[in-house]
Amino acid sequence: MKSLEELRAIRERMQGQIGLRNDNTDQIRVVVGMATCGIASGARPVLTALSDAVQSKGLANVTVTQTGCIGLCQYEPIVEVIEPGKDKVTYIKMTPEKALEVVDQHLIKGQIVKKYTIAEVIG
Amino acid sequence: MSRAFSLSTNKMMLELSLNVLDIANNSIRANATLITIAIGIHKNADILSITIADNGCGMTGEQLTRVSDPFYTTRTTRGVGLGIPFFRQAALDTGGSFSIISEPGAGTTIHAEFGLSHIDRMPLGNINSTIHTLIIANKQIDFLYTYEFDGRKFHLDTREFRKILGDIPMDLPEVSNYIKEYLEENQREVDEGYPI
Repeated sequence: MKSLEELRAIRERMQGQIGLRNDNTDQIRVVVGMATCGIASGARPVLTALSDAVQSKGLANVTVTQTGCIGLCQYEPIVEVIEPGKDKVTYIKMTPEKALEVVDQHLIKGQIVKKYTIAEVIG
Repeated sequence: MSRAFSLSTNKMMLELSLNVLDIANNSIRANATLITIAIGIHKNADILSITIADNGCGMTGEQLTRVSDPFYTTRTTRGVGLGIPFFRQAALDTGGSFSIISEPGAGTTIHAEFGLSHIDRMPLGNINSTIHTLIIANKQIDFLYTYEFDGRKFHLDTREFRKILGDIPMDLPEVSNYIKEYLEENQREVDEGYPI
């Protein structure tokens, strides 16, 4: 059995470094729709891809979280990027591959991936 | 209930683990602070059981009687609610059972049993991905997950994890990976890779 000892060891290693991530107001929030409509269209692998990428690239200013039905079921999986002081960006019909593009272009370089936004896809 | 379509032909949720994720999201919407998820595989009894319980806002008797109706939902963003009907039908299709108990202010418990070897039983699928997703995407909620296979079991209790971690967040890469490995290694040890 994998034990909690390992978790204690992680805490010991990390304790000095805390403060590196707080849910403060500068955080970029990446929100994945996770109601029946989202899940049935493949939202779980999209959320996994996003959170894995955000973790592996060390994006401490990004929080990946989930929400319920956004009301645009036919466009699921939907990912919203909410940045303080900016308009919300809604990406639709996402896949894990598209999500990684959003991480690299939007979350890291600050460039919206227009071709996947709701405004672009459905005009 | 006579409806023009059959929920038995649901081809969208092909893993029970996705139904679990879906039902748990009802608990999240009910403002639960603790969600308990238990998976039980009992080969001798030929049963796969799934229980999802929460301490959320619960439902009134009137809501409870309508919850298996696909054209009932409390949400305002759309007019249908298919999560519970899908899950219920998936269980009934395998000669299993489905029950839901709820009390306003106390919470809701959903219990489903599936015929383990029934030809129409969907695979459990990646249950670890469901649990991991729930934990790291809902840091404000505690989860108690139990996985039991023929009497052997393990559990993951985020309250225990939090006690150890203090203010170190669940979605820190090291912690998130630990949770993933904890789920995978312990499941392997309990079910020895038995295909479910």
